[in-house]
Amino acid sequence: MTVAIVDYGSGNLHSAAKAFERAARSMEEPQKVMVTRDPDAVFRADRIVLPGVGAFADCRRGLDAVDGMLDAMSEAVRVKARPFFGICVGMQLMATRGKEHVTTDGFNWIEGDVEKISPCDENLKIPHMGWNTLDLVREHPVLERLPLGPNGRHAYFVHSYHLNALNESDVLARADYGGPVTAIVGKDTAIGTQFHPEKSQRFGLALISNFLKWKP
Amino acid sequence: MFKVRVIPCLDVKDGRVVKGVNFVDLRDAGDPVEAAIAYDAAGADELCFLDITATHENRGTMLDVVRRTAEACFMPLTVGGGVRTIDDIKTLLRSGADKVSINSAAVANREFVKRAAEKFGEQCIVVAIDAKRVKRGGGSDRWEIFTHGGRNSTGIDAIEYAQEVVSLGAGEILLTSMDRDGTRQGFDLPLTQAIADSVPVPVIASGGVGNLDHLVDGIRQGHATAVLAASIFHFGEFTIRQAKEHMVRAGLPMRLDP
Repeated sequence: MTVAIVDYGSGNLHSAAKAFERAARSMEEPQKVMVTRDPDAVFRADRIVLPGVGAFADCRRGLDAVDGMLDAMSEAVRVKARPFFGICVGMQLMATRGKEHVTTDGFNWIEGDVEKISPCDENLKIPHMGWNTLDLVREHPVLERLPLGPNGRHAYFVHSYHLNALNESDVLARADYGGPVTAIVGKDTAIGTQFHPEKSQRFGLALISNFLKWKP
Repeated sequence: MFKVRVIPCLDVKDGRVVKGVNFVDLRDAGDPVEAAIAYDAAGADELCFLDITATHENRGTMLDVVRRTAEACFMPLTVGGGVRTIDDIKTLLRSGADKVSINSAAVANREFVKRAAEKFGEQCIVVAIDAKRVKRGGGSDRWEIFTHGGRNSTGIDAIEYAQEVVSLGAGEILLTSMDRDGTRQGFDLPLTQAIADSVPVPVIASGGVGNLDHLVDGIRQGHATAVLAASIFHFGEFTIRQAKEHMVRAGLPMRLDP
């Protein structure tokens, strides 16, 4: 089994790779984690992870600059039904459009736009930076045995925009930050988290483990 | 529910923790990576490394520290000290830092903040502000920006500066009172409040923590969204857990995940 972490010049790949390696070590089935910018390797991988930090348009540009990467990812996920995990902007790219500074097309895997969060409490700062609990919207294998809800575990967020999904059925969990913030989306064989599982200590590693075990 | 962050900060010189960390049985109290692992296990919400290495040649040791920390700790890591160029930021982020904190380079050249935020995203650009109260003849006191550990005055107004760097793309402000740093008298609350109320981004209060009430005051009265402390944690006076439980008793929302 191989897990491809897509390297397109964005984000802290080192942290994501180390977290997936750590989680993979606890699996019964050995899984090889590789960081790659080779579309063929991504196409052949059993699982695909798309990290991303920074601005939506920059990340999209970076991804497009790797020849054949988006096609390889799309075909692996949409045709070959490979499990996919988008992290932060990697999750936002799954949307129809991003509206950070400029309007940019996403993959349109999850219908909806990526919009600026607007907490109703004016004391809440932007970015939404720090630890928040998650409220379950829809059960999903990747959320198995994870303590959610107001007394559950916390996830680490750093963002000013979120994916406002058109279909409620695509949302797995939300956080509250002066209003609802989309925290986890999931559709078919793809999931995405707005927060950083690779920075969310044990909770994040448990989520990554669930993803590595998931057989959709 | 969104929680208040408690952030231990380690001063690192030539790859070693200055004065060491003694709150837990470490094989090597001077190894920043061991200290980071211990703070990770203790439930710190973030970790901050401040590189005070004097010579350029020894800067590489910090990258190694960051790399090894990111391999072992799955928590947010901010690294500051000597961040002067876009390349400095790139190598730190590539090594595993999540945020970089820019201090004197931003004072010297505000455009640097803008370029950094455009290149890496506002979420990873922290501007560290060292401020000191200055008596003004005739008018009221104000806070000014100081560099070089509080030795050099710049004459720049701290509130205006904070607003400016935020408008240029700083995603967070790490605010240290040079009057309070090391005094154990608590944060400079009027300063913290003045800055926190004048910028839309999170402010981390720093400088002067001597007891756990000070942490509560920084949030309640200073309006900070996070508190940073060093010595009260490093020398075992209080654990992160004790600090957080104290803050919960004061009514603040804290993360107490096992």
